[in-house]
Amino acid sequence: MRAGYGAHTVLHALSLRLAPGTVGCLLGPSGCGKTTALRAIAGFEPIGAGRILGDDMVLTDAGHIVPPEKRGIGMVFQDLALMPHLDVASNVAFGLHRQPRAERDARVAELLELVGLAGSAKAYPHQLSGGQQQRVALARALAPKPRLILLDEPFSSLDVELRERLSQDVRAILLHEKTTALLVTHSQFEAFAMADVIGVMRSGHLHQWDTAYNLYHRPADRFVADFVGEGRLLPGTRRADGAVEMELGVLRAHAEIPPPGPVEVLLRPDDVVHDDSSAVQATVTARAFRGAEFLYSLRLDSGREVLSLVPSHHDHAIGCRIGIRLDVEHLIAFAI
Amino acid sequence: MFRKPETVGWKLIAALIAAPTLLPLTASLGSFTRLDAELWSHLSEYVLPQVLPTTLILLFGVSLGVSLLGTALAVLVTLFEFPGRRFFSWALLLPLAMPAYVLATVFVGSLDYAGGVATFLREHGVMLPELRNTFGAAIVLIAALYPYVYLVVRSSLATQGARVLEAARGMGLTPAQAVLRVALPLSAPAILGGTLLAAMETLADFGTVAAFNVDTLTSAIYKAWFALFSVDAALQLAGVLLIVVVVLLMLQNRVHAARRTTQSGPPAMRLRLAPIGAALAVLACTLVLLLCFAAPALQLVIWSARHLADVNAQLLGSATNSVLLGVIAALLIAFLAVMLGYAARRSSSRTVQWATRTATLGYALPGALLAVGLFVPMAALVRHVNEALGWSLLLQGGLVLMLLAYAVRFTAVAHAPVQAGLSRIKPSLDEAARLAGITGVAQIVRVHLPLLRPGLAAACALVFVDVMKEMPITLMTRPFGWDTLAVRIFELTSEGEWQRAALPAIAIVIAGLVPVWWLVRHLDDGIAGARDIRGSST
Repeated sequence: MRAGYGAHTVLHALSLRLAPGTVGCLLGPSGCGKTTALRAIAGFEPIGAGRILGDDMVLTDAGHIVPPEKRGIGMVFQDLALMPHLDVASNVAFGLHRQPRAERDARVAELLELVGLAGSAKAYPHQLSGGQQQRVALARALAPKPRLILLDEPFSSLDVELRERLSQDVRAILLHEKTTALLVTHSQFEAFAMADVIGVMRSGHLHQWDTAYNLYHRPADRFVADFVGEGRLLPGTRRADGAVEMELGVLRAHAEIPPPGPVEVLLRPDDVVHDDSSAVQATVTARAFRGAEFLYSLRLDSGREVLSLVPSHHDHAIGCRIGIRLDVEHLIAFAI
Repeated sequence: MFRKPETVGWKLIAALIAAPTLLPLTASLGSFTRLDAELWSHLSEYVLPQVLPTTLILLFGVSLGVSLLGTALAVLVTLFEFPGRRFFSWALLLPLAMPAYVLATVFVGSLDYAGGVATFLREHGVMLPELRNTFGAAIVLIAALYPYVYLVVRSSLATQGARVLEAARGMGLTPAQAVLRVALPLSAPAILGGTLLAAMETLADFGTVAAFNVDTLTSAIYKAWFALFSVDAALQLAGVLLIVVVVLLMLQNRVHAARRTTQSGPPAMRLRLAPIGAALAVLACTLVLLLCFAAPALQLVIWSARHLADVNAQLLGSATNSVLLGVIAALLIAFLAVMLGYAARRSSSRTVQWATRTATLGYALPGALLAVGLFVPMAALVRHVNEALGWSLLLQGGLVLMLLAYAVRFTAVAHAPVQAGLSRIKPSLDEAARLAGITGVAQIVRVHLPLLRPGLAAACALVFVDVMKEMPITLMTRPFGWDTLAVRIFELTSEGEWQRAALPAIAIVIAGLVPVWWLVRHLDDGIAGARDIRGSST
């Protein structure tokens, strides 16, 4: 699909496919168009070109929109959008108004049990904590058993610790309900914790639609390499025999890397290993203690920087010179 | 990407609601383009030289008085601690419940030569100076209008005053220096804003100056119309009045632009006054409360008790009319405010923004100006319709003109609480309802109305009370022989029957306590601004 406002294009040729029962995620910095994509899928925004299909039925194309209420979609809004005048049970029952009362009550009870709020059915949203409100919003969206549930930055109003716990809970709930879900977030930790497939977006372009593992270890381009995880790019030369020569040594490469010539190699912190017996040495310029490990920033003799993750019993002061070597499983290189 | 078709309808609705505000503006300004030379020379020779200086002196005197009194009281209750501070903090708003013309009735009635207080003083050898003049009117208006300044300055200081004061004192300023050099400059926009509101009320005042027999532009409009029977002269004077209003509005615009952002945070410690200072503070607050509210209220009760025999069919009829008019106007105006709010919600077009600003500008237009400014064009319209269709519609004697004038003046009063209610209905709630299959009317009933209800109730209550208190519009546009409580007060006071005016006055004061009560409840949650409580005297 392509979408925008007036002359301003927000989404350029965005294309993705979400298999039933999986959790997808659009990940990107704010303003990348991910929320517009989500709203287009919900039917709140028209699209300029392309199609949105649900179970092979056209939901939106350039001239036609199936209204949101007829799409069988549930949504958890960024501000949650709980009805402040209704109690928790009524909020969850909000989308079930066409069902017989007994059925509705049973479904509400089931969902409240599932999200761990069985005791708070009569409470009002403002009496709940942020995390509890989050669960009510999720229960409300799930109640009518939608084909697809959309989550728009669902944890943005919560503090970091709560986010981590809740994102795992939410994934468990989504799997339990066997719902297909699409999440939008700017936090890669949320994306990694919840999604089976993640799309990295920037300025309306979808850079890569892949698993978390592949985004980290096989980024499609420089932006994905930089945005997902930590790491540094180091220059090198791709030789005719396939190996890549760089200041830290020669690396054997597999088929996917660019043709012979100058390249840039992505080095993750776990690719650079501390080894006292190594001839290659670097100077510690900064260090961050992470419990089990130190993340060291190291300056090479060329003046370039790499990151290295070292078990935390190797305690080196800033200014120390330590031996390092490369231990690269997948070589990631981009042609310059 | 595409334009929603329904926004055209909303633009039209917003423009229609704003149109009646433009009508008196164009009519009174337009009167300058068709200047009747003879009429104008009469006005400029005999009326304006008297009326214009009096109006301006009153305006200046009241502005000065309310800004000093209101600011001093606000500084006292927000920055300092003394016995009874919490009580005075809200009680000092009570004078808002008493329209200036009621206060004027009490003042003139008891200090007049034959009045109780004057007689008592005279028997003890004290001769009061003549008070039925501009000076006396100014005193009463200051007593009735100082809460406008007090309220705004109080909330401006309450959010940041004490903390900034702490910071200033931490940098070595004495308390007095800190107040003068930090707190007051900080609240300058609030002081000016509150003073301008009080100035607009002064300009709109009709009942007070009538009781004091002082001729201002508003009373001149009334006399030109109902004593000289010259609507043209009245309209011409309304044009002059409008020029003064426009100047005040321009000043207000600049104050708004200069308004500083207020930081919120936990309130800091107030400065505890030493015993002598505390005693003086209590004395000052008590004196203000006593003179501006308690004593006049007591006097009203005493006079009412003396004239209980006045409770007759005529008075009850006036009361019924007042209530009826208030209810109809409240429902109509709350409805208009809701439509205006929805228009702004559905369409962010310039037309709607402009219409909202115009429609909420009417609070600045004095009732006398509105009455004549709406009457003339509407009368012309009715005449044309009658001629064209052979009908015989009558304008004066219908409620339409009256309600139209109320709508122009009080839409702003209803707009603020309705807007506060609408802002609770976030767009995501609409979308959530839509995904749940709840659209159209069901959405309004199940989502919007429950959330809008408190705002709507506040809007209705505020408009109801304002209409009950309103004097000049009601007086000039009412159907013949149709009395309300406010009109009864005017008639009784113009006959010098000060004491007998107490009975209708007390009914109005009791009704007026409703918005004050509402205001006190919302004093510190930021909803209540001075514009919401408009209208203590007209």
